[in-house]
Amino acid sequence: MGFMIPQASDSIQELSVEELRAKVGTGMEIVDAEEHMLLSMGPQHPSTHGVLRLLVELDGETVVNLAPDIGFLHTGIEKNMESKTYTKALVMTDRMDYLTPMTNNMVYIMAVEKLLGIEITPRAQTLRLILAELSRLASHLVWLGTSALDLAAMSVFLYCFREREYILDIFEMVSGQRMMVSYFRPGGLWRDVPDEFEPAVRKLLDFMPAKIADYEALLDQNPIFLERAKGVGVISGEQAVAWGLTGPSMRASGVDWDNRRDMPYGGYETYEFEVPVEHEGDVYARYRCRMREMRECLRLIRQGLDRLKPGPVNIDDHKIVPPPRAELGRSMEAVIHHFKLWTAGFTAPEGYVYQVIESPRGEIGCYLRGNGTNKPARVHFRGPSYVNLASLPLLANNSFVADLVAVIGSIDIVLGEIDR
Amino acid sequence: MGIEEKLGNLGVVTYRLEDVVNWGRTNAMWPLLFGLACCAIEMMSTQAAHYDASRFGMELNRPSPRQSDLMIVAGRVSRKMAPVIRRLYDQMPYPKWVIAMGDCASCGGVFNNYAIVQGVDEIVPVDVYVAGCPPRPEALIDGIMTLHEKIRNDKITDWA
Ligand code: SF4
Repeated sequence: MGFMIPQASDSIQELSVEELRAKVGTGMEIVDAEEHMLLSMGPQHPSTHGVLRLLVELDGETVVNLAPDIGFLHTGIEKNMESKTYTKALVMTDRMDYLTPMTNNMVYIMAVEKLLGIEITPRAQTLRLILAELSRLASHLVWLGTSALDLAAMSVFLYCFREREYILDIFEMVSGQRMMVSYFRPGGLWRDVPDEFEPAVRKLLDFMPAKIADYEALLDQNPIFLERAKGVGVISGEQAVAWGLTGPSMRASGVDWDNRRDMPYGGYETYEFEVPVEHEGDVYARYRCRMREMRECLRLIRQGLDRLKPGPVNIDDHKIVPPPRAELGRSMEAVIHHFKLWTAGFTAPEGYVYQVIESPRGEIGCYLRGNGTNKPARVHFRGPSYVNLASLPLLANNSFVADLVAVIGSIDIVLGEIDR
Repeated sequence: MGIEEKLGNLGVVTYRLEDVVNWGRTNAMWPLLFGLACCAIEMMSTQAAHYDASRFGMELNRPSPRQSDLMIVAGRVSRKMAPVIRRLYDQMPYPKWVIAMGDCASCGGVFNNYAIVQGVDEIVPVDVYVAGCPPRPEALIDGIMTLHEKIRNDKITDWA
């Protein structure tokens, strides 16, 4: 060939199955090293939903034990955030759980606002709620499409992505970006939504219920899907709580807890919605739970739109929110504020806050410590996927290796958030 | 419309081997089904109904590197992942091409830190870079068209 093939640097090494086994030895006890087969699944595997590696101990086709090997997508997000100002660190949160950037933005921004002690305007709050629910809908659509694809239902994937495209168009309309929106800013929003926003969302509300019914018709009457989903990967309510499962994966085991209702934030307490709970705790129950949640999303969005009143979306404090562009030509003060804000940012007081909200995957928490400067001293996220993944050995125990795929799909993990 | 119109009386078409092979290579690429991070979601959008990559003969994604000839590095490459990517690349049969999708794969993007390889071209040779974080599906399709362009201009003397 006419080009030089660069060599992978010697400093980075790949682990063999044996080395891996030695390393994860503390987490995984090999039950029977003589008789059983050790299988390394991933990190390049079509149905691990990203770069997850599983070390699976198999007795024939039955999973005896397994240990996840994570970190293939470690990005250093938390560390990177410490070297950025509060506003600029926001872009990192989009890239963490990339299926639902709005909720990630929301938890971080709410933590920042808590640290600063500011209250946002009612319009901003309503818009945030609508967008977070749209994001939840989009995330569930990806989950449904990909996990159905894992179980060989290709058409569901195509349908889900068609509808998701519509939601992404709305995101692009409000923020200019399809996925990495960075739309929520300290003190409000990047800017107000355009006039086309409301009609577009209302149109979504009109056609979406029929689409959800379509997906259900494709899956609920599909014997192959039912066979592979019912009674697979069962976890009881007590175990779910003990292993720290959150979100729909936990509610599918009969635990009735949703941060939106039970630890309300961002105005959720004033909305009317139901928290779907299922009791079987298997893959099918988790599927049902998310499907019902999609309908609740629509309900919340509709209520949000009905309450949307004109008004400012940002607080009136130009130490935190940049002044409008038009003012820069008129007022010297505005120029100074603008300059200060985009060069140094604002300073936050010393102290720490912790904020939890409900992401589509479960409870996402943000611990934020300020040290009186313009950059956070420490940011840490409690990612739902990370904690949910921990229960995988329990869920997959004694199932067939083929069912492992269904189980991984059903707990809806996003590797970007696990590894951060 | 079809090739038979060009047959003439002799029933023979003459064409340059180079062009025929390059034409064949461009229109039946099998990408490796392999997503790393956020960009992979946009790659999935590209393949889904709305953007429909099958228009370019690419609907068939192979999960096995041994059956694919195009690697779309969609996402950030961490230090832990780098050797795996290199191994996947080595497992692909010739001829093979690589598209670095997104800023992270092209140059590290927003993550200039200890964890991320600053551009996948440090470990595998890249044919086309697609900018964007994440690139829109249109941008990825443009990258694919650029790659087609490049393949069409391949010279027979360069074939391994
Ligand atoms: S370029 Fe952007 S979207 Fe793509 S993997 Fe990197 S951070 Fe994610």
